[in-house]
Amino acid sequence: MKTAPDPSGLDPYEDAEVRLTAQRMGMWLFLATEAMIFAGLFLAIFVIRTLHPEGATEASGHLKTWVGTGNTALLLVSSTLVALGSVAAKEGARRRALVAACFLGAAALGAAFLAIKIGVEYRAELHEGLIPGLGPAFPLQADGAQLFFNAYFAATGLHAIHVLIGVIALAGAAVGVWRRWLKLPDNAPEVEFTGLYWHLVDVVWIFLFPVLYLVG
Amino acid sequence: MTDAPLAPPRSENFLTAKETIRSWFLTIDHKRIALLYAAALFVFFFIGAAGAAVIRIEMLTPQGDVVSAEGYNRAFTLHGVIMVWFFLVPLIPTTFGNFLLPLMLGAKDLAFPRLNLASWYVFMISGVFTLAAIWLGGLETGWTFYTPLSAVYADGWVTLAILGVFISGFSSIFTGINFIVTTHTLRAPGMTWFRMPLFVWSLYATSLVMVLATPVLAITLLLILAERAFGIGVFDPTLGGDPLLFQHLFWFYSHPAVYIMILPAFGVISELVTAGARNRVFGYKFIAFSSLAIAILGFMVWGHHMFTTGQSMYAGIVFSFLSFLVAVPSAVKAYNWAATLYKGRITLNTPFLYALGFIALFVFGGLTGVILAALAVDLHVHDSYFVVAHFHYIMVGAAVTAFMGAVHFWWPKVTGRLYNEHLGRASAILLWIGFNLTFFPQFIMGYLGMPRRYHAYDPEFQVWHLLSSAGTPILAMGYLLPVFYLGWSLYNGRPAGPNPWRAQGLEWTVSSPPPEHNFHGPVKVTREAYDYPKEDAYKGPLPRDAWREAEDDREEGQAAEDRR
Ligand code: HEM
Ligand SMILES: [Cu+2]
Repeated sequence: MKTAPDPSGLDPYEDAEVRLTAQRMGMWLFLATEAMIFAGLFLAIFVIRTLHPEGATEASGHLKTWVGTGNTALLLVSSTLVALGSVAAKEGARRRALVAACFLGAAALGAAFLAIKIGVEYRAELHEGLIPGLGPAFPLQADGAQLFFNAYFAATGLHAIHVLIGVIALAGAAVGVWRRWLKLPDNAPEVEFTGLYWHLVDVVWIFLFPVLYLVG
Repeated sequence: MTDAPLAPPRSENFLTAKETIRSWFLTIDHKRIALLYAAALFVFFFIGAAGAAVIRIEMLTPQGDVVSAEGYNRAFTLHGVIMVWFFLVPLIPTTFGNFLLPLMLGAKDLAFPRLNLASWYVFMISGVFTLAAIWLGGLETGWTFYTPLSAVYADGWVTLAILGVFISGFSSIFTGINFIVTTHTLRAPGMTWFRMPLFVWSLYATSLVMVLATPVLAITLLLILAERAFGIGVFDPTLGGDPLLFQHLFWFYSHPAVYIMILPAFGVISELVTAGARNRVFGYKFIAFSSLAIAILGFMVWGHHMFTTGQSMYAGIVFSFLSFLVAVPSAVKAYNWAATLYKGRITLNTPFLYALGFIALFVFGGLTGVILAALAVDLHVHDSYFVVAHFHYIMVGAAVTAFMGAVHFWWPKVTGRLYNEHLGRASAILLWIGFNLTFFPQFIMGYLGMPRRYHAYDPEFQVWHLLSSAGTPILAMGYLLPVFYLGWSLYNGRPAGPNPWRAQGLEWTVSSPPPEHNFHGPVKVTREAYDYPKEDAYKGPLPRDAWREAEDDREEGQAAEDRR
């Protein structure tokens, strides 16, 4: 895979292999920064749970565990699809349809996740007055219950934004592969990176779910 | 590669290779981006300095007569926010880091040239937000944005300013990612990890901190923004929220962040010391690893900013102990610099004077840090001018002095010109005197009980405040003088030639200013870093007389040309 040095001088790499290594490393570092962002939130949730165990338990009781469980399942399946698609992408153009289908499927599952999160969960919480500043007055009395909900909204809200970005990226990759804007296997790394991002979104949720929904 | 011409042809010189304004704003050449950053930081420095001037003028008298209490709060917040987030944090990595990292590694550019340009634009956007907040009236939270003041009570343009700092974090993260990947993948053949210049090691350690710590700051600021905008109070005590949590998160970033400010300065000083002493670095690996050790330990000591906040006593003891530990790798560096100087062939040229000034200021600032890390002492001097003096010794005395040293050391490389040595040395000395006069009295008045962030004070402290304020014009001259003679050298300076200091390192093998793509051909490294000859084989003029030699070179070149 040796390519000639880019005559324009724009590309610092002489070697396609090394360029790929660099891109992969850059992507992993980027994912590490994302993980650190959520790590800050986890710390906040952990502190709240330690300071106000009762409030956290009571508040957590108001979360719809079965909805959360269903959503977890959606993300797990979508992550599997993405993994399949990324492997298939490496095999080249023959697998174009499979790659596009996997990614599109994953994007659809991600969209379903968002629809349930916002349409079912947030809506119910709005009606119960759990969202700060909206709906009726906050119903729970226990110390720290409101705090727990604040952290819940901060964490799941930020996560939802990531899901949205991920859905757009997955759908974009699916269309790109299908329409041959992304050529396989040349552009397999781009496909792989989109997949990696989605795995991060999934992993963050896998941690958020027990920490928020399964308290006590 | 060794016989690069004295002055490169226009088409090769990165400054003149493309001449339109557009080519500067769309450039992806790391050297030009470094200069874009330098221009931006120059502006920020003057805005931050204006805040400092207000502070020092107000403190001339014990009464609060120049500005109101609130005006004073806004002045020191402006000063702190600009100087920390928009000057010190990006200072060395984005300018000299950007310029030198690929050159020192033998690479054509950074790993992601477009990301590098993007990081400059992100930085500029964040700067515009923060400057707009200040222009519209400013804020009074201090640079640390402590809650609940920042989240609930403060009026003023807190949201806008925090948004600016939040966005600037991304430019930091981009730079960090770029440096790490570059160091891993773009080293020239033969450039093994232990042949890398120590400046590269320090940038590598700094980048690790940038990548791992900055996101924590980002989420912390994001939570404040959510608190201000939607009432999602995680830190709000009226909801049972925990302001201490804010401080933990904030210092988890900001203590490592002080190393973002100082680690690159260590790297610079290692370069200046070896080149100035014309001696191999003593204990190369110790210096390299101490950078990493500082970066790692730096993540474990944030709690020493919170000794007095009511965190548990045991936490306090652990943080105190760990803080003492950080002093060890810092001391390793200082000893190794001293050992490098010992038996070196020292020439007191301008960059080297700055380096010596740095070592003195840093050792003093570091020692006072150890004093602060002792629990009992910190209870006495916490939030006093003692702390102010401590961090100014390190962040301004050390880091900015190192930057000035870097400017004087690499100026001939960047611009291709030599400056006036006498004025250079004079400014290094002025800077040192002005700095000590400004900040040393602050240790004394802090120890005597002068609290920080007060705009009126007990008259017994006035004499110390007067001394401190008297130092600032001298300090300012130390910073301003170089602007004039360096500017003058751009048009009238003697051509520098590729290596005026006779220093080691790949960046000195290319012409000055370097060609657009850094090297004329493939680079191969066959020697250790700082491979200075045991006995100085070079019998010509000493580096301090570099200009004379450059003159000789030029005459020789002229003669050769005439003969042809
Ligand atoms: C080497 C670079 C260093 C830098 C750039 C630095 C910077 C700072 C800054 C900016 C602050 C004040 C924060 C504020 O606004 O409240 C500070 C405080 C402090 N520093 Fe350092 N420091 C350094 C080294 C050290 C070392 C080596 C130690 C301990 C061994 C240390 C111990 C402390 C302590 C205990 C405080 C808190 C004082 C208080 O607020 O009561 N520092 N430092
Ligand atoms: Cu600290």
